[in-house]
Amino acid sequence: MVLSFVALVSALGVVLSKNPVTSVLCLIVTFFTIAGHYVMLNAQFLAVVHIIVYAGAIMVLFLYVMMLMNLNAELEPQKRNWLKYAGAISGGALLVVLVAALRDASMPALGTESTEIGLIGNLGKLLFKQYVVPFEVSSILFLSAMVGAVVIGKKD
Amino acid sequence: MTLLSIDWFFIIEKILLISAVLVLSLVVAMYSTWGERKVAAWIQDRLGPNRAGPMGLLQPLADGGKLFFKEEIIPTNSNPFLFILGPSIAMVVACMTSAVIPWGDTLTIAGRTISLQVADVNIGILFIFGVVSMGVYGIMVGGWASNNKYSLLASVRAASQIISYELPMGLALIALLMLTGTLSLKEIVEQQRHDLWNVVYQPLGFFIFLICAFAECNRTPFDLPEAENELNGGYHLEYSSMKLGFFLFAEYINMFISSALMATMYFGGYAFPYMDSLGLSPNMISLLGFAALFIKTLLFIFFFMWVRWTIPRFRYDQLMRLGWKVLIPLALANMLITGGVVLLRQH
Repeated sequence: MVLSFVALVSALGVVLSKNPVTSVLCLIVTFFTIAGHYVMLNAQFLAVVHIIVYAGAIMVLFLYVMMLMNLNAELEPQKRNWLKYAGAISGGALLVVLVAALRDASMPALGTESTEIGLIGNLGKLLFKQYVVPFEVSSILFLSAMVGAVVIGKKD
Repeated sequence: MTLLSIDWFFIIEKILLISAVLVLSLVVAMYSTWGERKVAAWIQDRLGPNRAGPMGLLQPLADGGKLFFKEEIIPTNSNPFLFILGPSIAMVVACMTSAVIPWGDTLTIAGRTISLQVADVNIGILFIFGVVSMGVYGIMVGGWASNNKYSLLASVRAASQIISYELPMGLALIALLMLTGTLSLKEIVEQQRHDLWNVVYQPLGFFIFLICAFAECNRTPFDLPEAENELNGGYHLEYSSMKLGFFLFAEYINMFISSALMATMYFGGYAFPYMDSLGLSPNMISLLGFAALFIKTLLFIFFFMWVRWTIPRFRYDQLMRLGWKVLIPLALANMLITGGVVLLRQH
């Protein structure tokens, strides 16, 4: 309950704060609260990997870029009013669509036996037995993204 | 004693254990500052601190008192909240890692079995890895919030250094995990108790992990973020008083924790030779095991200091080259060979 509240407040902080570095820090807090939710769902492995990958690596790079560019609240370009309205309307439309989609989706309640799935042994067995092909294909996707990034980086 | 269906003894026991571990890491960190000077003095053929107390043993208290009573300066153009948050993150993160290290086997007091480990989570190593990757935020936030170009440069350096060295560290750990087949530090120690220490099977992995531990703790020869002759002191340039003390202290706690970690994962942790054939009571063996782990840890801390006063600092491009072009390929090869051997042994 508290966790969800903090998650919502920090997520709002990401959008509303004028200073990009504060936004990034709020996003890190949000990731931590989401990891907390994973722990409460007994998915410790997922929680820790979430923290290592998102909060530990990706957000550090985000923060790195933000700090290097040294964006300030004053330097932020003044947005036109119609842009703000357009943003609010399209965001609201997305919310409506999401709520409508979630209302119709059937959410089966989690049984007691399925809560063990987040523990690392079970997860590993599932990934490497039942879902081995999708797992490998997704890793190839990452590889191709990496190769792409290197190619773009080498261009100049 | 169960009240409100909560095992109060369990909670009291854990609180005591957590406090003990925290006090231990703080005291060790405190006396590491003294040890560092003594080792430096010994290496450079000097006497070192010898004024405060016998052999200068009260020097850390004097330093701490000095830091507490110094004037606290928060730069005008800084972000005060983040400026204070930086050292706080550094300190909290440094203290968190000690939770999953098994400081000893179980003690039996008045019929209760007490594990000398705060939390035996089944992802112990990953937990440490996650917390360590958080450590860089203290430096980055502190360096950025100071609103000083040297601090900013230092925090950018710290970020890229820690990210680069996390990769070979993780790869070295993967090889260890393939060998032990578990992520729980307790089980890793138990395996070494009945078998040879992991360093025998993973000498290259240990070496890579050791180098990365130096880099993650920002210790010489990898202390680029606080290179005083290039950066005026680095990310804590604008800090004064105890906030500076926290940054420096966090480094020593990190050093202690990573030494304990290396002792646990590669050098048998609380296991020592012939521990099961001495014929002592289990409680005695647990205490001796704790002493063994402590001695191993202190040896690693001494090694950290020895290297600091022996090897000069790397240049930044050398640091990056070592990380990406030497350590990662070596760690990958180590991982492949370990995987192959594990597979061969299974068949």
